[in-house]
Amino acid sequence: MIAGTLSARGSRPVLGLGGFLLIGTAALLAAVTCGIMFGEIAVTPHEVANTLANRLLGFDLPVDPIREGIIWHYRLSRAAVAVCAGASLAICGVVLQALLRNPLAEPYLLGISAGASTGAVTVIVLSLGAGALTVSAGAFAGAALAFAFVAILAFGSGGGTDRIILAGIAGSQLFNAATSFIVTSSATAEQTRGIMFWLLGSLGGVRWPDAGLAFPVVLLALAYCLYRARALDAFAFGEDAAASLGVDVTRVRIELFALTAMLTATVVSIIGAVGFVGLVIPHAMRFLVGPSHGRLILASALAGGVFMALADVLSRLVLPGQVLPVGVITALFGAPVFGVILWRSRGAK
Amino acid sequence: MTLSAENVSWTAGGAPIVRDVTLALPEKGVLGLVGPNGSGKSSLLRLLAGLRRGTGGAVYVDGQPITRIRRAEIARRLAVVEQQATTEVALSAREVVALGRAPQRAAWSAWTERDEAAVASALERTGMMHRAAQQWSTLSGGERQRIQIARALAQEPRELLLDEPTNHLDIRHQLDLMRLLPRLGTRVVVALHDLNQAAAFCSEIAVMHEGRLIAQGAPAQVLNASLIGEVFAVDASVTCGPTGTRISFF
Ligand SMILES: Nc1ncnc2c1ncn2[C@@H]1O[C@H](COP(=O)(O)OP(=O)(O)O)[C@@H](O)[C@H]1O
Ligand SMILES: [Mg+2]
Repeated sequence: MIAGTLSARGSRPVLGLGGFLLIGTAALLAAVTCGIMFGEIAVTPHEVANTLANRLLGFDLPVDPIREGIIWHYRLSRAAVAVCAGASLAICGVVLQALLRNPLAEPYLLGISAGASTGAVTVIVLSLGAGALTVSAGAFAGAALAFAFVAILAFGSGGGTDRIILAGIAGSQLFNAATSFIVTSSATAEQTRGIMFWLLGSLGGVRWPDAGLAFPVVLLALAYCLYRARALDAFAFGEDAAASLGVDVTRVRIELFALTAMLTATVVSIIGAVGFVGLVIPHAMRFLVGPSHGRLILASALAGGVFMALADVLSRLVLPGQVLPVGVITALFGAPVFGVILWRSRGAK
Repeated sequence: MTLSAENVSWTAGGAPIVRDVTLALPEKGVLGLVGPNGSGKSSLLRLLAGLRRGTGGAVYVDGQPITRIRRAEIARRLAVVEQQATTEVALSAREVVALGRAPQRAAWSAWTERDEAAVASALERTGMMHRAAQQWSTLSGGERQRIQIARALAQEPRELLLDEPTNHLDIRHQLDLMRLLPRLGTRVVVALHDLNQAAAFCSEIAVMHEGRLIAQGAPAQVLNASLIGEVFAVDASVTCGPTGTRISFF
């Protein structure tokens, strides 16, 4: 379908789909390899290869067990989660920008991430139950709540695609304040330190069970969004136009909004609220592969994964002996791009 | 009885906009929907397309209430061109026309020869082939309108609803379009405000006034001086000659 759309639409993307998938996969492998090799303790490509052969293919090649542990339990799981999280956020950006017809839509700016944080923190601080699943459930409830809040505020105040961003700002502020309130009033000192670090976006505590949650979620979401790619294309001229092209607008909206809330909640519950990935990656990919959503979703998922994995590597290398929150790195790259987009959208009017 | 409205009403913001309209599309030909600004032409077209849910009455497609039919099924037979279309997406003219193929294609199916032919034919008939590769955002108002019409034609509809499609067109393209409509082989409903155009090119005319449909019939029957005076609040004289119905205003 995607290849068909490519040739049929007659536009000339910079890369064909085959070429893009090839380059994208290669970039993904390279980013993950960097993620494994670089860090406080450097490991050699040889050790990485041996570890992977042992773990994945059942070989018994000689590797130092401590280094094998670092490679397998820390670095690889961390890189895998980074890839899944980046892909999830980028997919969310593509979907939200199409549905809301607003180039600035993404989970962070719309307050969905803030809501997810509030939900996750509430579960952690109030000890409503331990384990990744309950924290994720809390994050999902928070994300859904924030989404409802922003949607009601935006459409209650007269609708329009500009309102949604204003409502998103209100939502972010409200839910961030709620998070701070919960942390300040109820968390122990130790809890507070952990939560504050995690709120800025951190891949520090990530292990394999997290990847076990993030990977199936992003894979299912990707498949569903690709299935809905044509419906997203049809939203180009607004909801009436989409409806007259055969899209069941209400149903598609509800399903896709729920999906973005779920993706965001999953990401936030694992690595915290990381901004700008959902904003920057879709715009960059539109330049590369064009606006057709079949291609755009695939490309954004790949690029988001690569971007996040590399951001994580950078977060470990920038300050020797220290790890920056990964959200700091994505914001350092994302904020200038955000400014450029704002500038361009102003010029277009 | 293909597309019809029975006692359809629509209220928005507390005000009745469309009141108790009963209308059946003629078996073939072009139905011109005329009426002054704000008389409810666009609203009625949206109701007929199933894009709004009436507050009373019902719209029927082949005898079935339109609200009971899946959107995808409606889109395979009924196409709409709205009064204006805007997008932020960087699409080429051809990509916009290709959107019209969406209802005909299954979720994972490839782009077929048939899709390609439908798009090419739509671009050809609207005279927009030479602009196919151009970005939508750089097209003129009239060219955008023609591309939207091409998109609707690419849907290969049986019913085509057009909302003031001649608005941005220069006189030559207005005439080209109005001459094209009867030759499409689809049932067409076209909202117009130019009474002479309606008289010249429509096989039937329906007149909207303050949300009501006050007359429907052949142009020569419907368009008389007293009705025009009542609806449009102008003095007019109507002459029916061998070249058709002409309306002059004073
Ligand atoms: N969603 C709406 N809410 C309130 N009033 C509306 C709405 N849509 C249309 N109207 C009003 O209904 C009347 C008919 O509008 P419309 O159908 O666009 O007329 P026409 O196309 O004949 O010019 C206008 O007075 C318009 O202001
Ligand atoms: Mg109108």
